[in-house]
Amino acid sequence: MKTRLLILEDGTVFTGTAFGSDQASQGEVVFTTGMTGYQETLSDPSFYGQIITLTYPLIGNYGINRDDFESITPAIRGFVVRELAEHPSNWRSDMTLDAYLASQSIPGIEGIDTRKLTRIIRTKGAVRAILTEADAEVNVEEVVAQLQNTPFITHHVREVSAKTAYPSPGRGKRVVLIDYGMKHGILRELNQRDCDVIVVPYNTTAEQILAMHPDGIMLSNGPGNPMDVAEGIETVKNLIGKVPMFGICLGHQIFALASGASSFKLPFGHRGGNHPVKDLRTGRTDITSQNHGYAIDMESLKNTDLELTHIALNDGTCEGVRHKKFPIFTVQYHPEASPGPEDSNHLFDEFIEMMEIEAAKENQHA
Amino acid sequence: MPKRTDIKTILVIGSGPIVIGQAAEFDYAGTQACLSLKEEGYRVILINSNPATIMTDTAMADKVYIEPITLEFVSRILRKERPDAILPTLGGQTGLNMAIELDESGILDELNIEILGTKLDAIHKAEDRDLFRNLMYELGAPVPESDIIHNMVEAKALVARIGYPVIVRPAFTLGGTGGGICNNDQELEEIVTSGLKYSPVTQCLLEKSIAGMKEIEYEVMRDAADNAIVVCNMENFDPVGIHTGDSIVVAPTQTLSDRENQMLRNISLDIIRALKIEGGCNVQLALDPHSFQYYVIEVNPRVSRSSALASKATGYPIAKLAAKIAVGLTLDEIKNPVTGSTFACFEPALDYIVAKIPRWPFDKFESAKRNLGTQMKATGEVMALGRTFEEALLKAVRSLETGHVHIEMKNPAELTDAWIEKRIRKAGDERLFFIGEAIRRGVTIEQIHEWSAIDLWFLHKLEKIVMMEATLIANKNDKDVLRTAKRLGFADKKIAELWGTTEAAIYAFRKETGIIPVYKMVDTCAAEFESNTPYFYGTYEDENESVRSEKESVIVLGSGPIRIGQGVEFDYATVHSVWAIQEAGYEAIIINSNPETVSTDFSISDKLYFEPLTIEDVMHIVDLEQPMGVVVQFGGQTAINLADKLEANGVKILGTTLEDIDRAENRNKFEAALQELKIPQPQGETAVSKEEALVIGEKLGFPVLVRPSYVLGGRAMEIVYNLDELAYYMEHAVEASPDHPVLVDRYLTGQEIEVDAICDGENVLIPGIMEHIERAGVHSGDSISVYPPQKLTDAQKETLVDYTTRLALGLGIVGLMNIQYVMSEGEIYVIEVNPRSSRTVPFLSKITNIPMANIATKAILGQSIVEQGYKPGLAPEQAGVFVKVPVFSFAKLRRVDITLGPEMKSTGEVMGKDATLEKALYKGLVAAGMEIKTHGTVLFTVSDKDKDEAVVLAKRFSTVGYRIVATEGTAKLFEQNGVKTDIVEKIGGKGKTLLDMIQNGEAQLVVNTLTKGKQPARDGFRIRRESVENGVPCLTSLDTAEAMVRVIESMTFTAEEMPKAEVTN
Repeated sequence: MKTRLLILEDGTVFTGTAFGSDQASQGEVVFTTGMTGYQETLSDPSFYGQIITLTYPLIGNYGINRDDFESITPAIRGFVVRELAEHPSNWRSDMTLDAYLASQSIPGIEGIDTRKLTRIIRTKGAVRAILTEADAEVNVEEVVAQLQNTPFITHHVREVSAKTAYPSPGRGKRVVLIDYGMKHGILRELNQRDCDVIVVPYNTTAEQILAMHPDGIMLSNGPGNPMDVAEGIETVKNLIGKVPMFGICLGHQIFALASGASSFKLPFGHRGGNHPVKDLRTGRTDITSQNHGYAIDMESLKNTDLELTHIALNDGTCEGVRHKKFPIFTVQYHPEASPGPEDSNHLFDEFIEMMEIEAAKENQHA
Repeated sequence: MPKRTDIKTILVIGSGPIVIGQAAEFDYAGTQACLSLKEEGYRVILINSNPATIMTDTAMADKVYIEPITLEFVSRILRKERPDAILPTLGGQTGLNMAIELDESGILDELNIEILGTKLDAIHKAEDRDLFRNLMYELGAPVPESDIIHNMVEAKALVARIGYPVIVRPAFTLGGTGGGICNNDQELEEIVTSGLKYSPVTQCLLEKSIAGMKEIEYEVMRDAADNAIVVCNMENFDPVGIHTGDSIVVAPTQTLSDRENQMLRNISLDIIRALKIEGGCNVQLALDPHSFQYYVIEVNPRVSRSSALASKATGYPIAKLAAKIAVGLTLDEIKNPVTGSTFACFEPALDYIVAKIPRWPFDKFESAKRNLGTQMKATGEVMALGRTFEEALLKAVRSLETGHVHIEMKNPAELTDAWIEKRIRKAGDERLFFIGEAIRRGVTIEQIHEWSAIDLWFLHKLEKIVMMEATLIANKNDKDVLRTAKRLGFADKKIAELWGTTEAAIYAFRKETGIIPVYKMVDTCAAEFESNTPYFYGTYEDENESVRSEKESVIVLGSGPIRIGQGVEFDYATVHSVWAIQEAGYEAIIINSNPETVSTDFSISDKLYFEPLTIEDVMHIVDLEQPMGVVVQFGGQTAINLADKLEANGVKILGTTLEDIDRAENRNKFEAALQELKIPQPQGETAVSKEEALVIGEKLGFPVLVRPSYVLGGRAMEIVYNLDELAYYMEHAVEASPDHPVLVDRYLTGQEIEVDAICDGENVLIPGIMEHIERAGVHSGDSISVYPPQKLTDAQKETLVDYTTRLALGLGIVGLMNIQYVMSEGEIYVIEVNPRSSRTVPFLSKITNIPMANIATKAILGQSIVEQGYKPGLAPEQAGVFVKVPVFSFAKLRRVDITLGPEMKSTGEVMGKDATLEKALYKGLVAAGMEIKTHGTVLFTVSDKDKDEAVVLAKRFSTVGYRIVATEGTAKLFEQNGVKTDIVEKIGGKGKTLLDMIQNGEAQLVVNTLTKGKQPARDGFRIRRESVENGVPCLTSLDTAEAMVRVIESMTFTAEEMPKAEVTN
């Protein structure tokens, strides 16, 4: 058993037991409250550059399986748990969480008071931290100073987006999926509905996309601050009004920014599978899966063509918008779930329906 | 949606007496619901027959009716009160069944009364097996292959098709009464016959057994706007096959991946939406451990035991919100009462693990079958929270108060390997401990998994615990190892044993080295949002969240799990004590381990610590909170038993001092005190060995009453009639030693009397005197109590008041006390003094309107009885007659002898009140579930010593029109005394026997007192069990039978022939 330290930029030091990779690592510490779904979480590209704390204390119970990844290579910088399961038990389990993280060069720390860490994050907001081996040479003051001087990353999307376009063929509607750090779940939902999907890098131009003759465009989730994705915003701006669009998470934010709204950083983000979102049109509340540190400023919607459609019940922040003139809607949360509740899965059906209606209109005009 | 304004008055139906399968959780749910409805401005009327509950306090509703929950009485209340609606979903199965009965009777339509919460058709769809399966087919939800059967022929035909094993589930019964798993024809015959009998619609579901799968539960809620959420999911440690009420359960699920979790969550939400339930619902599922295949086992369309557990496990108050939803509010507009800032429409996130372990009554019913199956047997449960599974589990183990502090048997050396295997294969109450033993002996967990089908995840954890034992032994006094062990939940007592030292030494060592627990808040959101819930659990981590307040505080110890002898009435007193402490201006802190109760609702006290009631766990809290003192007299024997250790640790016991508690409970000291006070008691002595007991027995003369000192609920108490019986008792029933003396008393037959009193040190307030229907010898908790006394003279009452007053002052009581007296040949003797709250406190408080626990608490805090506005002495008697009738759960416990004796057997109680004793008794008996028929057949099987009394009774039964049946000897005697009696064969006779009559439903009542002598006792036992199995009331005390005939007499007109004129000429 090796001792490992998690040192926060405020000087707090957590001493725990090492697992996963032995590589030292640095990132922003965030917490997520989902009680199941650690495999999906650790492979969700939206967590790029972050050290994730699981608030549920027993992690790794059902191991790691072949099927539940949300990306091929995880983008996280570290994993913090209260207790790592030594002996997972589930029929699909192929390996332990420990072995998996070691194979992916991701360090973990276990045995610390994760609730205390969560409370620090809740109070202080985004906290930079380092995961390092506990040896005599560690000078906490130096580490803290270094952390405080480390700028927050701004190139998340570039790191996790696809490098080149690729198809995921189907016989139905053609959807161009702009990949800002897409979870596999989005692709899976579109494929399930028989869409003919082409995944394109975040910096693909509107012209290039329109040349693919899409029936609809899907804006994926992704990590980081939407303001950092200037090329993406530019592309979306040029697509508005031309094709039906559906956006999720970062995709939602990029669309809102492209429409003239503005964004801000939440104090400690929404991460977990229990977030209630109210649909203002139906009055119904869905429990949603969320993972975002930024949100769209509701006030800023006033000067745009966007209509607020969804709000977070807990803090009243914007969770979804719709374009007043064009067939475009976006949501801040994850209807593809994985992990988390599947209550809002119907949004994918609505997207398909929207594309069908548009196609019918085109036919009438023709 | 705003709440409904077209409704003004709502009738809430309670769940009645505590029985196995329906316990204190419905007091918690009902209390929350009533308060919640009142908060919204509705006029609330409550009916519940159970006087021991908080919910039947007059402050809980605008009008409280403590009346039988039967069609007759509920209809009467509906006609009188004309409510706009009834809310039946918070009163358990009793509430739902009542709603169905009311609807079928037509009264709801007639009076235009609406049913809130769950509509009747949803109740039917969830409860009627056929409709339920159809609904599941519609939803595409898999259910195990099954069919409804109405008789044995259908049952056999079905088994021929689907094969064994099959599960029998009788329709519309509580806690699976009468059901079970059958592996062969014989078991099928037995269980189906009993199942059909117990089902009020003579219907059973026979289902292909899916035993061995993972059993998973979802607690879901839905509102009228169709918002639906999952409050909590739970995984049973014990696989499918054992009733969830009898399973060890953890929350949240541990071995399910997110995909499995979401799959089951989706179907649970589909079900609650399809049933259109407005409120809470429990969905039980079975999940194949090797695929995504799952089955829906059962749906409870109401608040349940599991929802109480889920509420305490998450902090999310299901019943409170279910009541609000029932009146039209929606989840998205109700504030989450825990955070105060977020809304109720969300799903709690836990950052701890919860373990629940059932508490079974097998310590009292040693002859009962300890096997667990689909019929629930537990009377209560404990819950514990921790940051590791091991911690939660071991905390729960030591909360049980069964003498276990660890996963081990008490007598491991005596167990053979074969026996251990057997007890792991066939689940019983001690399986967890047998598994610990098996691992210790080197049995692999894979092997244990094969035997039990318990998931390896759990078994690995148990193995980790056992491995820690070895690590501890190898590393004596190592503080790092100690810390690791504490993080795994090890009790100091266990560590002390492994390190060869004392519990106190470990505690001191830990304090010295800083290995003490911190307290984390239960906040529904895993610290995501700031909360102020004063609800905490202890764990070994870095950051403590429980901050001591400036205000002076008092800690009240709760009473732990509900068991026979220590029921909901102690929770009632605990809660009242808390309120009184708050009224007196102090901060009230509760420590308790029972998730079913009102006292563990975090909104009751200023601070709730959900922790085991052991010295270690309590002292940690005392160290942190530095209270003014600890109140132990309301938490039953659980709390009293901690008093000496608390005092040894320098903690102030508020109220009656430890020394005085000991004086009342220690036989010799008590005797000395009585002599000093010149108050008579039955002659008796203390024995520390068998030999000594025999000498005492001979000296006193038989019969004698024997029992161990310091017991609750008359455990191991017996009346013995000769030396042989006494010798047998000393050898088998108790382990007498100088530390554990056995009391041997002369047994006085006579009128038993019970008095509760409050003393402030100077004056004594006696709210009332109660007399028992059954003569001394039947445990007071199993007797029918009557207030005011019907047989006592004023002079006798004065003597009782005098004795009680002198005892209270003489014993130094400050607070509550309970005294049992016996009146034999006109002389009054003290049998027992309990220096604490008692079973009768809520009953008496409600009758007399004297809030006893409240006054006692304030007296403890220094306010005299007079200052509180009460006059010392006996309070004026109330008009009318009130009876408290015990309720038993014998149908759930196979092989338990139902004969009433000194050892308590009842699980709950009801109250009957009316203008006369007969009317009050009628209500009490009916509320207790007995059907009183004005004619029918009564079967007498009485022992020789009872025959003379039986003749008188038989005559009276005969006069009111009952047919009398007895075996030959008794029949002859009856006939000789002019009672027409039909003869029936004894057990084993050639013609129709007693048992046949009972089985065929030819007897409506059985009077049986055959308990002494080998063969008669064996036959008597069979008769009594047969009666229980067939649902025929069986009275084992002639006094109860007398009360019964008295009631029948009062109900019937006589049919006497005209007196014949003497022929004179």
